[in-house]
Amino acid sequence: MDMVMPYVMLAAAMFLLVSMVLMLARLIGGPSLYDRLLAVNSFGTKTVLFLCVFCFIINRPDGVDIALLYALMNFIATIAVLKYFNYRALSVDLRDVSNLPHPPTTDERL
Amino acid sequence: MMLASIIMAAEPAASHAASAGVDWSAVMAFVLDLLTVAGLAGGLFFVLAGSVGVIRLPDFYTRLHAAGMTDTLGAELILIALMLQADGWQMVAKLALVGFFLFVTSPTATHAVAHAAWKAGEKPKLGRWKAAPLEDET
Repeated sequence: MDMVMPYVMLAAAMFLLVSMVLMLARLIGGPSLYDRLLAVNSFGTKTVLFLCVFCFIINRPDGVDIALLYALMNFIATIAVLKYFNYRALSVDLRDVSNLPHPPTTDERL
Repeated sequence: MMLASIIMAAEPAASHAASAGVDWSAVMAFVLDLLTVAGLAGGLFFVLAGSVGVIRLPDFYTRLHAAGMTDTLGAELILIALMLQADGWQMVAKLALVGFFLFVTSPTATHAVAHAAWKAGEKPKLGRWKAAPLEDET
């Protein structure tokens, strides 16, 4: 079975690459900003999975640390981009709701 | 991960039982490999189905539904399958951490994107799916 397992991992990595390419298609062709954000977030998740499988392929366990870091940064980047496009600034204090700028409507958004 | 620790604990007993004719450690390794293949296949099915759904579905909220739900389950299945192949508890712990963070952050990010899109006035397509209207109906 040790002969078979590397090929299984290689096939898994190739399937993950295919689904990453599909996500890139939605990222490039998505009609709205939120489609693109969804595609970026999902692409990040698949990148984490690909990194984990790739570590098993090249037999170096270090890469799982990078996958862990990437999983956290992917979430923070999604939230930061959402906040930026809602309030047009990253330094908005969300605690005083009265001073918040109005979120962009459908016509204003990218 | 529990399976791996059980196997490591059962290693001397397995070599002792090898004199009886059955190599139990090889059997357990084979079962672990089978479970790994099954988990990888299931996880890749969900991940690919979610990707195809994101490409094919008609409006933003259905795409969000496809991506958000399948990513969580598919990622967990793939990570559990990889945990069964890991050697050493550090690798298992790291993979478990990756799985935990994905399990927490992926639905949260999906919810945040859906909420922001709804606030910005993104409307779902309602009603039954209809073909494009004919020329004289416009």
